[in-house]
Amino acid sequence: MRITRTSVFVDDQAKALEVYTRLLGFEVRHDIPLGEHRWLTVVSPEEPDGVEVVLEPNEHPAARAFTEALAADGIPSTSFTVDDVEAEYDRLTGLGMTFTQPPTPTGPVVTAVLDDTCGNLVQLVSAAPA
Amino acid sequence: MDDGADAVFRALADPTRRALLDALLERDGQTLFELCTRMADTGVGSSRQAISQHIDVLAGAGLVHVRREGRYRLHDLDTTPLHPLRERWLRAEKRNRP
Repeated sequence: MRITRTSVFVDDQAKALEVYTRLLGFEVRHDIPLGEHRWLTVVSPEEPDGVEVVLEPNEHPAARAFTEALAADGIPSTSFTVDDVEAEYDRLTGLGMTFTQPPTPTGPVVTAVLDDTCGNLVQLVSAAPA
Repeated sequence: MDDGADAVFRALADPTRRALLDALLERDGQTLFELCTRMADTGVGSSRQAISQHIDVLAGAGLVHVRREGRYRLHDLDTTPLHPLRERWLRAEKRNRP
């Protein structure tokens, strides 16, 4: 058994595509029309054959209630690894993205939490500077 | 006799709640998740649910304010309820000293 995909619920797939590619820097892996929505996945350019993130419509009322409740308490829907959280924080705030939590040292890692504007908070993690 | 200080003393009489006030000293406007992150870093192993209940006690004593900003619930520190405690057992002559 292998983990090849993980999903986040998004309120708008077109907007999510913009945010996850143009701002976060991922690349489209699958974009297949599927009725009203699309089978839309992105991968990291650093790992083109790595885990795909499925940008999944949050059409189900429970999906919306779930993401809203998590966001209210500042809880991330998912988490990505970066080389340097501080540098990503500077880059992404420069692009107009909002963080609910600035870079914060937590034991062996530094974490920050940003709003993907599609309904989710996303945690960024890097190893603490030596 | 409750002179209004009971809730403050009760709120302070717990190491996790004191650690939460320490964490809020870092910055205002923290989410529950950020507070839990900072708690974990100080070695407090409480669950998110337990920390949420501690925050309710602090809010009840007026030491923490919870506000809604957009989609988030944010927490601010307010040390105003501590001011009367600082003065209370000072003798008059000390109180008048600058």
